[in-house]
Amino acid sequence: MSKEFTDHRFHLTRRHFLGKLSLGLGSAALGSLLIPGLFSKSETTTSSLGLPHFAPKAKRIIFLHQNGAPSQLESFDYKPLLNKMAGQDLPASVRMGQRLTGMTAGQSKFPLVGSYFKFNQYGKSGAWVSELFPNIAKVADEICFIKSMHTEAINHDPALTFIQTGAQQGNRPSMGSWLSYGLGSENKNLPAFCVLLSRGRGNGQGVYSKLWNNGFLDSVHQGVQLSSSEERVLYLKDPEGRDRADRRNMLDKLAELNDLNYKEFGDPEVQARVQQYEMAYRMQTAVPELTDLTKEPDSTVKMYGSDCLVPGTYAANCLLARKLSEAGVRFIQLYHQGWDQHGNLVGEMPLQAQDTDRATAALIMDLKQRGLLDETLVIWGTEFGRTNFCQGDLSKENYGRDHHPRSFTMWMAGGGVKAGTTYGETDEFGYNILRDPVHVNDFHATVLHLMGLNHEQLTYKHLGRYYRLTDVAGKVIPGLIA
Amino acid sequence: MKPSVSILFITCAASLFFGGCKRDGATTASALDSVDYNLHIRPILSDRCFKCHGPDGNQRKANLRLDTPEGAFAALKDNAAAHAIVSGKPDKSEVYLRLVTSDTSILMPPPNSNLSVTQEEVALIKKWIEQGAKYKPHWAFIPPTKYTLPKVDNEEWVKNEIDYFVLKKIETTGLTPNEQADKERLLKRVSLDLTGLPPSSDLHDRFLNDNSETSYENLVNELLAQPQYGEKMAVHWMDVARYADSHGYQDDGLRTMWPWRDWVIHAFNQNYSYDKFLTWQLAGDLLPNPTKEQLLATGFNRNHKITQEGGIIDEEYRIEYVTDRTNTFSKAFLALTFECAHCHDHKYDPISQKDYYRTFAFFNRVPEKGLVGDISLASLADPPKIKISSEEVKNILTFINKKDTTPVEVMVMKDSTWKRSTHVLIRGVYDAPGEKVDIGLPPAILPFDSSKYGNNRLALAKWLVDKKNPLTSRVFVNRMWQELFGRGLVKSSGDFGMQGDLPSHPELLDWLAVDFRENGWNIKRLMKQIVMSATYQQTSTISQKQLDSDPDNVLLSRAPRIRLTAEGVRDLVLASSGLLVKEIGGPSMKVYQPKGIWEASTSGRGQLARYKQDHGNGLYRRGLYTFIKRTVPPPGMLIFDASNRDQCEVKRGNTNTPLQALLLLNEPLMLESARVLAERLMLEKSSNEEKVKKAFLTIMCRNGTAKEIDLLTQYFETEKANFKTAPEKAKKFIAVGEYRHERIDDTISVAALMQVIQTIFNTDEAITKT
Repeated sequence: MSKEFTDHRFHLTRRHFLGKLSLGLGSAALGSLLIPGLFSKSETTTSSLGLPHFAPKAKRIIFLHQNGAPSQLESFDYKPLLNKMAGQDLPASVRMGQRLTGMTAGQSKFPLVGSYFKFNQYGKSGAWVSELFPNIAKVADEICFIKSMHTEAINHDPALTFIQTGAQQGNRPSMGSWLSYGLGSENKNLPAFCVLLSRGRGNGQGVYSKLWNNGFLDSVHQGVQLSSSEERVLYLKDPEGRDRADRRNMLDKLAELNDLNYKEFGDPEVQARVQQYEMAYRMQTAVPELTDLTKEPDSTVKMYGSDCLVPGTYAANCLLARKLSEAGVRFIQLYHQGWDQHGNLVGEMPLQAQDTDRATAALIMDLKQRGLLDETLVIWGTEFGRTNFCQGDLSKENYGRDHHPRSFTMWMAGGGVKAGTTYGETDEFGYNILRDPVHVNDFHATVLHLMGLNHEQLTYKHLGRYYRLTDVAGKVIPGLIA
Repeated sequence: MKPSVSILFITCAASLFFGGCKRDGATTASALDSVDYNLHIRPILSDRCFKCHGPDGNQRKANLRLDTPEGAFAALKDNAAAHAIVSGKPDKSEVYLRLVTSDTSILMPPPNSNLSVTQEEVALIKKWIEQGAKYKPHWAFIPPTKYTLPKVDNEEWVKNEIDYFVLKKIETTGLTPNEQADKERLLKRVSLDLTGLPPSSDLHDRFLNDNSETSYENLVNELLAQPQYGEKMAVHWMDVARYADSHGYQDDGLRTMWPWRDWVIHAFNQNYSYDKFLTWQLAGDLLPNPTKEQLLATGFNRNHKITQEGGIIDEEYRIEYVTDRTNTFSKAFLALTFECAHCHDHKYDPISQKDYYRTFAFFNRVPEKGLVGDISLASLADPPKIKISSEEVKNILTFINKKDTTPVEVMVMKDSTWKRSTHVLIRGVYDAPGEKVDIGLPPAILPFDSSKYGNNRLALAKWLVDKKNPLTSRVFVNRMWQELFGRGLVKSSGDFGMQGDLPSHPELLDWLAVDFRENGWNIKRLMKQIVMSATYQQTSTISQKQLDSDPDNVLLSRAPRIRLTAEGVRDLVLASSGLLVKEIGGPSMKVYQPKGIWEASTSGRGQLARYKQDHGNGLYRRGLYTFIKRTVPPPGMLIFDASNRDQCEVKRGNTNTPLQALLLLNEPLMLESARVLAERLMLEKSSNEEKVKKAFLTIMCRNGTAKEIDLLTQYFETEKANFKTAPEKAKKFIAVGEYRHERIDDTISVAALMQVIQTIFNTDEAITKT
């Protein structure tokens, strides 16, 4: 019951909560350099809330966010009518007076434009995929396409904030923070929620660390950004001139001093701090070993593409995501920038696709080979779609597309989703949704459902109100679930 | 004093700790002589019933409202013979009957609501109905009264009025308060609380050698007079005012609001009264012949985020800014969650959607736009703004630390000469205007009368400081209490509404609130009053009995132990190493930050696409001057629960995490501070043990025990031996940081001492107010 566990959460004082947490973390041998099962998942998942609500279909999530909004019309939503009607004005009967951004509101005409890139059908499911994504096409039968996504915001910042936190404005916890809060971590030595950033070659929009913020939840639920530099987690490296043995020695002295303090004051928080230092010490070993991609077998490198050996690329991040997920990280959020094609779509989109197509498909195949795809939910998504009409100059060779929140495409694979299917449909103009709309709130509700969580019951009381990822809306979409 | 109020608080004082408070344990109905609506019943009804049977008319089911006696005692819509509540008769009261029925079709709350009521809560409701089902206004909406001080057994422990209230409650529970903390610990505590810095060694010596009766009071006076007091007080206010150095959306360009921050420091140091402080910030521009300083103060309401994203719809964002101001007003000054009434009537508190837009109307007259220009053209300050010249800084605004001769522009408030009409926005949507509304404020708090207060933003301030306003003073004293004790007398310091926590010491809260107002809203006086109390001066040791019976220290039978804030950790390390640059104000500084953090997430546009770290003095300023880029706030600060300044925040978290450990162990400034202090001690002619002792004293502000000093001295010797076998390690270790290196040949000793100092910096005690 929502009330019960919310109260339960509140009855846990901070001290109790941390005490409990540190108990979980402290069960590995303190101070040992050789930590048995360093990367293995613990037997029981640790959740402070007694969750999940019911048997989950997926245990972990990898969310591949394509930042900037890749055009659905050049990727997965095939609309041949637009090619036939190229150059003609978008009929008012289709647009129905819906709002435009400030970038195209001043255009006198809204000429339709079809995909420059060819589409074909793939797999048993016969999914339409454009020639830009040949590798994703090969795994089409693992995928459940949602052609009928829609959102509320028309600009990047609020739309991105909405899909990540369930609210356009405001300081709300990210999806990953909610899952960390609800389900805890499967691994004692790694954060429950990790974030990986990469940048493509197209026109880009920034991402913001507020997107992986814990909002009003405890800061232990904040996403931890793993950088592409040698020091993956902030401040992870021992200082110059100090090695692991020196650090161990220091921590022992520190524990002695803290213990004297504890004896004087009797504050359990002192003991909790000692435990946090031990956890930090273990992370210093666990993170670099786990994130070292140089020892990956050739077959893996071949699958993801040689880019996966270049730190900070999308391919490297996909491979890293698989490793983190395998080690039990609950939620891994990737952001790949460069998908904002207001102009020069024909020039930029192939570059973006080249950088992401192979590794995305490889991630799915890799998880499948390892028997992990069933319990890992892979999401490919973005903040909104793009218009069916051209922004700026339209020529035979090039064009651009503006923001379009009314309809866009996302897809999921693995963990309990209906593989090899397409859900929802847009009209033949690729403008309005024809059937089975999926609002961002519905999407969140469904993802939580797959993780064994009832989106109406995963709540946190803050300033007098029970907050949810889905705010006051959202419904689980059964058509997406296997 | 109204009789109903005194009954409320007598009951409250007697029963709160034993469970009147909804989260501090279960109340048993049988144990209570008198069930109180405010203490026992409303928390249950508000949490479980009001969502469908409360103030929100649109969500109301069966046309039944239980938050007013009229609603609860009226005949039911479907059955005129039945009533939700019949005074004295639970068996005739549908409210009770539907809680205990086994018929799930009529059971309340409905099974599918995920809400339920415990047996004990049912028993309380039954008893309350039996006793007459008396309703009372919400405690926070009844103006505070100054209670007579309660009688206590242990008069000797008491130092001032605060202690009577605190001790009374401790005594009724069988606990005893702690004794007074020793001078060294008290000195560190009060220095950190009033200036944010540890005491200087000079102050340490003076205070320890001063055995006069007034030594502590003299110390407090001295600390309150230091300019660092204003800096310390400003940190909290910067959270409240969501101060930042960038605009906050998407490309997130630079803004220059720091002169406003300099004003805040100045206002605290000059001890502006709270009524003046809030009036200038809300409506300085509307005062007669406003001075430039009064205009500058209104920057408070322009600290919200502003978009620079091309293609946005102007009105959508303009509305967003007015919304932010409205929400900030309610949270900062009233501790209420007005934002819930942005889209619909508030579900718990008596704030209608119309009330919301009436308040909104005050802030809806600013001649501003949603978007001023794209990032490449965007100004550092969007209109309305003021320009501050060097001349003005020299002559009138002397507290502004302007570094160059170019004038600095700051965003301020202004009302248009024409009146923009305000409408209720249906579901809060910017382009769905409903009924037109005039200015106003929720009558349940204090009826708004424009003939008395006026009809512009200045009226907001007048209404806030009206003697009859039940919230303004309570909310502020509560937050100052929170600053000192880590937890407010009302724990939910941002929510005094019905869903918030009840006060742990209601009479004390009211006494302080009235006393504060009666004494001219004098902030320094309030701070002094609290730190002069015996309650504040106790030791922070925790006995097993205290831990078992009062783990959260609600009773205040001991001083709290609280980890320092993000700024506090930085300031402590800088001050004790001697690196601290005590310059006040000026543009924010870009401190050491791991490489590539801004660059990894930027769009590449604007002045803040790349992080250009400062050098020299800029690296060693206090934490409050750390540059805050909203979309990528300084990670070292967030790790220690600092606000990301996205919205008004009145309370920070206080966590204990491995990332904090990593930062304290490995962050360059932490290491540099240890190195610089080590070098300074090495230049002194003293033994190794004396150096260790002095390092300990400097950081902990107390003399180490023999055990502590032995342990650290031995560690020094071990490390020295260790470095001797690998001198290159010593060189590398001490190379950290940009601050100049002293010429010391014995690098091995420097490194060993640095390692010892680093260990002291990492102790729980070093970063904890004890």
